[in-house]
Amino acid sequence: MAFINFSSGEIQCKIIYYGPGLGGKTTNLRYIYDTTNDNIRGQLVSIDTKGDRTLFFDFLSLDLGKIRDYTIRVQLYTVPGQVHYDATRKLVLRGADGIVFVADSMRVQREKNIESLENMAINLKEKGLDITKIPLVVQYNKRDLEGSNIPVLTIDEMERDLNAHLKAPFFTASALKGDGVFGTLREISKLTVRDVSRKVLAKGQQ
Amino acid sequence: MNIILSDQDIVRIEKSLDTMLSSSGAHCALLIDRSGQLISSSGDPSTLDVIALSALTAANFGATSEIARLLGEDEFALLFHKGKNENVHFSKIGTEFIMVTLFDDRTTLGLVRLRTEKVVHELRTIFTEIIERNKGE
Repeated sequence: MAFINFSSGEIQCKIIYYGPGLGGKTTNLRYIYDTTNDNIRGQLVSIDTKGDRTLFFDFLSLDLGKIRDYTIRVQLYTVPGQVHYDATRKLVLRGADGIVFVADSMRVQREKNIESLENMAINLKEKGLDITKIPLVVQYNKRDLEGSNIPVLTIDEMERDLNAHLKAPFFTASALKGDGVFGTLREISKLTVRDVSRKVLAKGQQ
Repeated sequence: MNIILSDQDIVRIEKSLDTMLSSSGAHCALLIDRSGQLISSSGDPSTLDVIALSALTAANFGATSEIARLLGEDEFALLFHKGKNENVHFSKIGTEFIMVTLFDDRTTLGLVRLRTEKVVHELRTIFTEIIERNKGE
């Protein structure tokens, strides 16, 4: 649920990083936090377990500057990827305006990626949101493993598994090294702000 | 659903929050929605990361709602956390909003509860109007 304040000229949107456990959702947020200036971002809030697995969510607020006369603020959340944290995933999805699906390129994670995407579609539906309509970007993470001795899925395989019907924009990434992190963020921010503006500002200015 | 607030809405909300702060002795009040977005604040939140506080409050409320559900309750209408110096009081406003009130030992929980109850009623009326208007647009 985007929030538009005409008085202060501000648009706030909520973007969720979704995907299987240990796929790199938190690493995306950490990279963004580490490489942005502190006057445009807030604190990185993490509720995780001792083993560095996200228990509830990570949260980072970012100021993206102005579009026309409106200051755009995005709030980035991750969900816990592990299967048994479905209740907390649903809580975080509440009011989502845009989604980044972070898929793990490791071949052993192939089923987990598909399972997580199916779980996301179900949870979005429960919140009254449609996976085919909400702004969505797919990120194929851990591409830095290509050429190592760890078996990696090809982009074609991942596209067939996850994006054949959705046809969402996709990015290859290494969240650990930062490759593709800002490309993904730029794209989802653009799609989300465009979607919110279309739905809301046109009405509000009438 | 998206929420659009006009200048007039913000003035009404801030006025209600200001009145509550001055009558209760609390030093800061935030109004947020259940998805974690900050809508309005009043008082002195200067040393706080209010954006992060909003996200955590919504999560806290969501988690507590699930506890309520497990206990056979619909939802808990208020939450209260007591610290050494700072205390936080959360009140639900309708189904979509939460008011966060911060206070220290210069006032009491009883007074804060009494005054927040009144403002919750006012804000509920304001938000019902806003939601109805948003639906109609």
